[in-house]
Amino acid sequence: MVKVSKVFHNLYRDSVSLMQVSAALADRPGVAQASAVMASASNIDLLRESGLLDGDAGGEHGASDLLIVVEGEADVVESALADAESLLTRESQAHSGSGPTPIAPRSIEMGLHELPGANLALISTPGEYAAAEARKALNLGLNVMLFSDNVTLADEIALKRLAADRDLMVMGPDCGTAIVDGAPLGFANVVRRGAIGAVAASGTGLQQVTCLIDRSGKGISQALGTGGRDLKTEVGGATMLRGLQALARDPATEVIVLVSKPPAEQVATRILEQAADIPKPVVVNFLGTALQDRPAEAVYLAQTLEDAAAAAVALVDGDEPRPAGDSVTPNEPAIDTLIAELASTQRYVRGLFTGGTFCYEALLLLSKTLGPVYSNTPLDAKYALSDLWRSEAHTLVDLGDDAFTRGRAHPMIDPTLRNERIVSEADDPGVAVILLDLVLGHGAHDDPAEQLAASINAARDKAARDGRAIAFVASVCGTGADPQGLEGQESALREAGVVLTVSNAAAARAAARIAAREKQVYT
Amino acid sequence: MSGFFGADLEVINVGIPAFADNIRASGAPAVNLEWRPPGDGDPDVARALATLINRESVEAGNQTAFARYRGAQPVLEGVAAAGETVPGMGERTILHSGPPIDWTRMCGPVRGAIVGAVLYESWAADAARADALIESGEVVLEPCHQHGAVGPMAGIISPSMPVWIVTNTAHGNKAYSNLNEGLGKVLRFGANSPEVLDRLRWMGTVLGPALARMLEQMGGLELKPLMAQALHMGDEIHNRNAAASSLLFRRLMPAALKSGIAHEELEAVTDFITGNDHFFLNISMAACKSMLDAASGVAGSSLVTAMARNGVEFGIRLSGCGDRWFTTAAPVVDGLYFAGYSTADAAPDLGDSSITETAGVGGFAMAAAPAIVQFVGGSPDDAISSTNEMTHITLGRNEAFTLPPLDFVGTPAGIDARKVVDTGITPVINTGIAHREPGVGQIGAGITRAPLACFTQAVVSLAESLEADSSPGGD
Repeated sequence: MVKVSKVFHNLYRDSVSLMQVSAALADRPGVAQASAVMASASNIDLLRESGLLDGDAGGEHGASDLLIVVEGEADVVESALADAESLLTRESQAHSGSGPTPIAPRSIEMGLHELPGANLALISTPGEYAAAEARKALNLGLNVMLFSDNVTLADEIALKRLAADRDLMVMGPDCGTAIVDGAPLGFANVVRRGAIGAVAASGTGLQQVTCLIDRSGKGISQALGTGGRDLKTEVGGATMLRGLQALARDPATEVIVLVSKPPAEQVATRILEQAADIPKPVVVNFLGTALQDRPAEAVYLAQTLEDAAAAAVALVDGDEPRPAGDSVTPNEPAIDTLIAELASTQRYVRGLFTGGTFCYEALLLLSKTLGPVYSNTPLDAKYALSDLWRSEAHTLVDLGDDAFTRGRAHPMIDPTLRNERIVSEADDPGVAVILLDLVLGHGAHDDPAEQLAASINAARDKAARDGRAIAFVASVCGTGADPQGLEGQESALREAGVVLTVSNAAAARAAARIAAREKQVYT
Repeated sequence: MSGFFGADLEVINVGIPAFADNIRASGAPAVNLEWRPPGDGDPDVARALATLINRESVEAGNQTAFARYRGAQPVLEGVAAAGETVPGMGERTILHSGPPIDWTRMCGPVRGAIVGAVLYESWAADAARADALIESGEVVLEPCHQHGAVGPMAGIISPSMPVWIVTNTAHGNKAYSNLNEGLGKVLRFGANSPEVLDRLRWMGTVLGPALARMLEQMGGLELKPLMAQALHMGDEIHNRNAAASSLLFRRLMPAALKSGIAHEELEAVTDFITGNDHFFLNISMAACKSMLDAASGVAGSSLVTAMARNGVEFGIRLSGCGDRWFTTAAPVVDGLYFAGYSTADAAPDLGDSSITETAGVGGFAMAAAPAIVQFVGGSPDDAISSTNEMTHITLGRNEAFTLPPLDFVGTPAGIDARKVVDTGITPVINTGIAHREPGVGQIGAGITRAPLACFTQAVVSLAESLEADSSPGGD
């Protein structure tokens, strides 16, 4: 260890700069201690006390001189002194000339500062914080779309009350998709703008209806989500009622579609009453309810999502909708061929869904024609799967259900789990049909058809080795303007030998026909 | 006016960033938040905070409190012995910095300084007896803040020490601070050697009375203009007081010459004042204290009225929560250290001087002080960024303290505890660093941040008190 020092006469640097130089020197390997100071009497005393300075090292100095002392290994101290000199005399490098760094907004209030005209907060934080963020947004006068799930029912009720007090709207919680003024919110499809407005308590239900409307060449004014619990008694349909009112006022909306899984009876009544009061045609699809009595001339009841879309399209053209449930499965001669190829053991439909409402709609349709259908989300608890990972008899699985998504991404984003299950279903000699959905749009997988087709081919090959042929039936929920492109996705599946229908309901009916071996009647 | 919500859709996106991209691609404006769970990730804090956002009673309280802070007019009125002027000061009371703390839990420098004060007051003959006296409970140890006072570092004020008296002439409240001893071996860093006590005695018998005569001659000194001028001369009046001390000296000297102070004394007083670049600091602190005390005790207000450290705990007070302290462990400052010292030697954050930041100067006025920007990254732009960052957690600006590099806007002022918790941006504080052992003195300086935990507690407490008020049976 040696100590070296150097005096710079009449060189002033402020104490903070000097401390930085000291710190930079002390950090160098082989340096034990270093200090750069103005050589005032009190500083010299300090250096002596710390043992860094012996005697009069460095020669003559006074308070206006700068003194550097370095203690360390002999081979490094001199170069450290030399570097100290360059540190002291360098041009300021810190100043990039780019100006002060602005800070990105971190709170809704800061966001409002940046976008003072904001009128909606789209909240997709983890559920435990989502209600608090929604409350802040409402307190600040913003409408809310709560994409987040895991928000308690009590919070949902409180938030919707607060929104009503402030004449605001809360879409959600667990509202996956909406289209407001043409902007896709959350996982939305890119649909044409038009005259049909929709309010749905089901995300995939809303996507199906809007995409089918788009396929028919019509467009959407607004597509609003309410969250899956909105039509429960406790929530009272608060958001659907507000949405209905808003669409009634919206000059761009000519026809209104309402979609929900079975609502609480009182809530359904209230919504139908309000629908009857609106001077615009309203199409109601409460899946799984057998509503028969139309409360008014201008209220139309649809049995499936497909029917609801078709009715809205007819109404916007000024036509009377066809009676519910009368939609026709496209004429698919391929179905007859597939039926002909089935072995006698192949009896069952296996549906593997990424959209919860698609699974539910297929359950409704299949159990009508095929009898009991097992599921992780069965219509009747009797037919709950005992093992989620193993199908039995007719089975339809919602792979987007919490039981499957814990700790992994939703199957619309990461299709791995479903693709594996497709291949494993092929091992079962009882399987006649595998029924699938494919959802496109913002937020979904970039090219889901490619991997799906590969899994279908793998499953088909596996079954073929056992001398079986399995039928694959699917519908793609999307539009030509979606990032994935409807046409490309459909043709990839068609190339894989999949029977494609435009809607989920049609796909379910086709699957039922194959399993039941009902051949098409050609006329 | 068009669109679904009565106006064109404009979105604040809280969570998944891609959602904002999709909205923008469709042509609607969207701002994406750099969101993180508020309040260190405690969902209960997030809930409590949400109830306070844009709440009428809180907004009204803050408006009142902030107006009082801004309207305060601190005037330096005089110097007197603490025992004669500081309210509630008993015969054997010693005031210390920060939130309340028991003798047994105090940090080294504060214990050393309290022993020094006992010796200075001649309540005990030596350090061992002083220790015993304190342990016996004979000496009342209370926070400066409890008595309208503030003190840097250990912040020790004992009855015969001279204190600055600052009166807020707009509201009539008074604030006090001790006199700055200079650097080196000083009581506020815990030193209590004979030279330290001798200096204190000289300050008590010569300096204090001399200053009192000068101020009497001057008839008081308006502090806001002087502080504002110092901000235009490169001070932030916490870690840099060179300009303010010079300006003060310029005002004191003519009065000193007229007040008939003996030449010999005046020479010593002049040497002392001109030898200490931080002479003004304690006045700056008392001025800030008087402005914030004017704003305290306003129901519903989330304005922070004090931030203070005792070397063990960091504490804050909220206008709407009265005298209650919200405390957490004081952080060790990761600053720049003098040769031979490191964070291992440092006492945790200490002193009442963060009252300056609470009042919108100090670290909040960093943009005014390019000479010390090395603390915040090295360039004047970093200093401006630092000041700008504070605008996101403050209720407004203090137009009395303008910042030339920012086109003369006022300093960001009036810390809103809600905004701190909501953004996770914690108040920046310029500070000196004391050695953990008493008497060693200052070993560095730097920038620290007020710990978030104080603000989350304060927010939860305010929310609870407002809920209690608004629930049935409440007032």
